[in-house]
Amino acid sequence: MTARTPPDEPQYAVAGNRLSRTAWLAIALAITAVAVIAAAIWASEDPDGLERVAEDLGFVGAGADPGFEVLPDYTLPGLEGVASTIVAGLVGVVVVVGLMLVLGRLLARRRT
Amino acid sequence: MITPLLAAMAPPILTRGDGGLDLHAPDGFLTVPVALIMWGITAVILAVAVGRANRTLDDRAIPLMGVLAAFIFAAQMFNFPVIGGTSGHLLGGVLAAVLLGPWVGTIVMASVIAVQALLFQDGGLVVMGANIFNMGIVGTLGGYYVYRALAGAMGGEARGRVPAAAIAAWMAVVAGAVAMTLQLAASGTTPLEVALPAMLGVHALIGIGEALITAAALGFIAVTRADLFRLRDAGRQVAGRSSAA
Repeated sequence: MTARTPPDEPQYAVAGNRLSRTAWLAIALAITAVAVIAAAIWASEDPDGLERVAEDLGFVGAGADPGFEVLPDYTLPGLEGVASTIVAGLVGVVVVVGLMLVLGRLLARRRT
Repeated sequence: MITPLLAAMAPPILTRGDGGLDLHAPDGFLTVPVALIMWGITAVILAVAVGRANRTLDDRAIPLMGVLAAFIFAAQMFNFPVIGGTSGHLLGGVLAAVLLGPWVGTIVMASVIAVQALLFQDGGLVVMGANIFNMGIVGTLGGYYVYRALAGAMGGEARGRVPAAAIAAWMAVVAGAVAMTLQLAASGTTPLEVALPAMLGVHALIGIGEALITAAALGFIAVTRADLFRLRDAGRQVAGRSSAA
């Protein structure tokens, strides 16, 4: 029903390909960076869904402190305000990308 | 130098302050037994996911795993306002599953949630199993099969991808909220009959944001690099050929 072309065909020529792979990766990562910056500037400080319910129903106090801090609440200790969140967010982006590349390589290894 | 400029642009929102993220439970919301049971369930599912990924992950999908994890992480930082002084953010499980399949998608989601807890103190460590289950498994595994069923009913993925994913994404958020509520009730934190309507109401709205972002991301891929949609099943078909699974 799906694959009409061989799955491991080396060059995927698809009508929807308007960007080179490199350009696509660059744009996708740029969107990600913009999301981090936008989050640092504009993210709503209102309580989120669970937090709101926890406040309304009076169990928000049950939440315990983590007992350790690395980049608490998406900030870099020692840096203030928006810049702190941007740096912390970009660190997070780099960490998750690195983690995925390592995990991906470990998981895909045996097949190739 | 750029900080005062950005600060000037910013509304009173300068730091994330107490902004725990939606559905990211801190430790203490669940009792230790409930948290440990959730850890056990999550560990078993993650073990299955690793086994499946080991057989089906195509190495050409690895860069997409990285980009997707980065996007989901960044998007989860962005709390959008919903009605009544409440906010929500993307979970991303359906997006990950549509692109990478339910098992690799689950691994991506679990990785993001683990990094959030370990590096950013967003979500507790004792309750991390529950957080991974609620935000990274229910909506990713369950959401994937809902998506496939809906897409099938719409005449296949090529035609139904975006609307099917949007509906599944909404359901994923609501299902995650229900799972969270059941764990809160099992922990005696809050009575189910009070918490369930409240959690459902809020997350039915947050789910609309989830559906819109999921649809936008898939729409973006459809017009820029539609071949990425094939990565999900690329390894599975190769594996199927050798093992006849």
